[in-house]
Amino acid sequence: MVTLRVNGQEHQLDVPHDMPLLWVLRDIAGLTGTKFGCGVALCGACTVHLDGGAIRSCVTPVAVAVGRNVTTIEAIGETPTGRKVQQAWLDLEVVQCGYCQSGQIMSASALLASNSNPSDADIDAAMSGNICRCGTYQRIRAAIKQAAQTS
Amino acid sequence: MGLERRLNVAKFPGVPRRTFLKVGAAGGGLLLGFSLSVRVSGAPTVGNATQEEFVPNGFVRIDREGRVTLVMPQVEMGQGTYTSMSMLIAEELEVSLDRVTLEAAPPDDRLYANSLIGAQVTGGSTSVRAMWKPLRHAGAAARIMLITAAARRWHVDPMSCLAESGEVIHPPTGRRLTYGALVDLAAGLPVPAEVPLKDPKNFKLIGTPAKRLDTPEKVNGKAQFGIDVSVPGMKIATVAACPVFGGNLARVDDSAALAIKGVRQVVRLDDAVAVVADHMWAALQGVAALDIDWDEGPHSKVSSADILRQMEIASQGPGVVARKEGDFTKAMVGAVHKVEAVYQAPFLAHATMEPMNCTVHVRADGCDVWVGNQIITRAQATAAEVTGLPLEKVQVHNHLLGGGFGRRLEVDGVTQAVRIAKQVDGPVKVVWTREEDIQHDAYRPYYYDRLAAGLDEKGLPVAWSDRITGSSVMARWFPPGFKDGLDPDAVEGAADPPYGLPNILVDYVRHEQAGVTTGWWRGVGSTHNIFMVESFIDELAVAAKRDPVEYRRALLGRASDAEAGLNPAATAAWSGPRPEPARVKAVLDLAAEKAGWGTPLAERHGRGVAVQYAFGTYLAQIAEVGVSKDGEVRVERVVCAVDCGMIVNPTRSRRKSRAGSFSA
Repeated sequence: MVTLRVNGQEHQLDVPHDMPLLWVLRDIAGLTGTKFGCGVALCGACTVHLDGGAIRSCVTPVAVAVGRNVTTIEAIGETPTGRKVQQAWLDLEVVQCGYCQSGQIMSASALLASNSNPSDADIDAAMSGNICRCGTYQRIRAAIKQAAQTS
Repeated sequence: MGLERRLNVAKFPGVPRRTFLKVGAAGGGLLLGFSLSVRVSGAPTVGNATQEEFVPNGFVRIDREGRVTLVMPQVEMGQGTYTSMSMLIAEELEVSLDRVTLEAAPPDDRLYANSLIGAQVTGGSTSVRAMWKPLRHAGAAARIMLITAAARRWHVDPMSCLAESGEVIHPPTGRRLTYGALVDLAAGLPVPAEVPLKDPKNFKLIGTPAKRLDTPEKVNGKAQFGIDVSVPGMKIATVAACPVFGGNLARVDDSAALAIKGVRQVVRLDDAVAVVADHMWAALQGVAALDIDWDEGPHSKVSSADILRQMEIASQGPGVVARKEGDFTKAMVGAVHKVEAVYQAPFLAHATMEPMNCTVHVRADGCDVWVGNQIITRAQATAAEVTGLPLEKVQVHNHLLGGGFGRRLEVDGVTQAVRIAKQVDGPVKVVWTREEDIQHDAYRPYYYDRLAAGLDEKGLPVAWSDRITGSSVMARWFPPGFKDGLDPDAVEGAADPPYGLPNILVDYVRHEQAGVTTGWWRGVGSTHNIFMVESFIDELAVAAKRDPVEYRRALLGRASDAEAGLNPAATAAWSGPRPEPARVKAVLDLAAEKAGWGTPLAERHGRGVAVQYAFGTYLAQIAEVGVSKDGEVRVERVVCAVDCGMIVNPTRSRRKSRAGSFSA
């Protein structure tokens, strides 16, 4: 049994300690906004925040998250940065198929929370692990810049 | 505007109650459809009609609260179809997009067939072209019925009423009724057989940069893809299929897997093993713990080198002629320069971001399938076949697709999931790992193409040949489309280039690569042929010592008849009309101008050009590329000029062209 704090709520979950956070969120907690893409931290679709930092939940054992704050796409809009990022995503209509976009938004929010005015190089460094097969990269970069400029 | 609508209504009264389908008050609402193939005299009335006789379509539902539900015949996989389809209906229905709810259509070829393909398929860049009229008809018919209902309520002439933003208005008296208030009356009215559509100059929505309807839920995590399905009592399974195509399961020891907490069951199929568990983690661990022996079958020793060697031999012919005009061999003899090239395109996996998945519940009396698929009638058919249930007992609930690219034009994953579900008590969601997804794809074919051209003293072609060798997706996926040994998709973009190419010979050698299933992949045939043809044009420009843009202009300016010598079997219904060289030249000129073609570039930088005609759309791209001193290639800028004719949503077209330029 582990106690997990997700989006401000405590969950008592009967899961093995080595179970990746991704599957705890999706299959146990029912939070399916976090996506499975590769299972080996290569695509970024599963990105969530652990105490505000971006992590790949598919390779993060749930035990690592115990006692810390997990934030997912479902609640990122409750943070000031997350709200700005989601708004920029809406304004610029970033998405196409949308499957990768939860992870993109989580990575972008973590970037802006730690660096309020990222350069192109900063954006590339923070976002290069998030793959989009539709090819929406230009809009992702533009949306991050717009969110950064929103006070 | 008002006048036009009044006139439209004026043509409507008196149409007999014939060519409609179910006008029922299901759920107290108006279920409206119409017939694509308009019946004439002798058609039965709807009360006695069978669906087979009416071939109906149903796209609009309005309830008593005025909620408008639009049923989407085409699937949303990122291309923006849900938005453009909605715009087509809403334009004629006179409702605003922020008030509609979208629903995925159930499987029904009779209701939702894509007219360019003849089945309920999303693929081949056909959605707007096929649905342009039918969906506007559906919206217009609904509007006319609602106007007629209001006119009857008010005892006024329908010609004096108009519809706007979900209301019917009677301007002379200022009376208004919402659509919701009219549904009961409208449901009893006949559906017009022939519906006048708006003159494009009166469009209010089509042609505007309407926002995508699916953005909000894709930004807040609420969007439901197939993989997100949750059904009460559902188990999660993942699979290990035989790593060699055509191989089978010989033996499996599942004792270690069954000992893992959360693992409930191990299911054996002929060619795969599935571990059914409480959650994906247990299923993954279960599969990893299986001790499997495969009978790898006849293809166990096939290597990439074997496949390439066989293709090289096959490419020596003979081929089936797709286009033959003049005498290539004779013209080559007299050529001043001769250029030959072999181009190869590798197998490509689709690698959709959303791994393959399918949720199935098989019961004695029926079967439910939850999936995101581009051809759900086949999903339904395979589920019926595997379960032995009649088609109507199989419900398919389609979802948003986390990428399709043609991968979800296949139903192999559905077949497998139903086979697994047959052995499971209760619903089961089968999710493939990324490794399974890459290893068991229906890949884009490996192509081995030989091109040759003879040039005159000015460097212009006097002879051109292109022999395409590859497997036929068409012959497997849609046999009627494969005629006389020719796959129109395999030669698309090669059989009728927009250039003036005298003495042209284009032929096709079908060569199935042993053990490898091939399938549609993004732009299908054009993705491979345009690359080959345009690359070869560049080689000819180099041989002719001419500028690549100027060289293309010269070829476009030559008299040519793209249909001359064209085998009718070389084009498919969805290919679009033959290219018009003037429109190709226009996009080329625009791209060259905007890219600053010919202006100086930084050191170690260059520009490249390609033009394309596919599915009725003209496109030219110019890429500016830099190469670092250590050989790293970087695309600095791409200019893309597109002429796709009438545009439903310019934002969508612009963004898709941009994103498509960076997609692989």
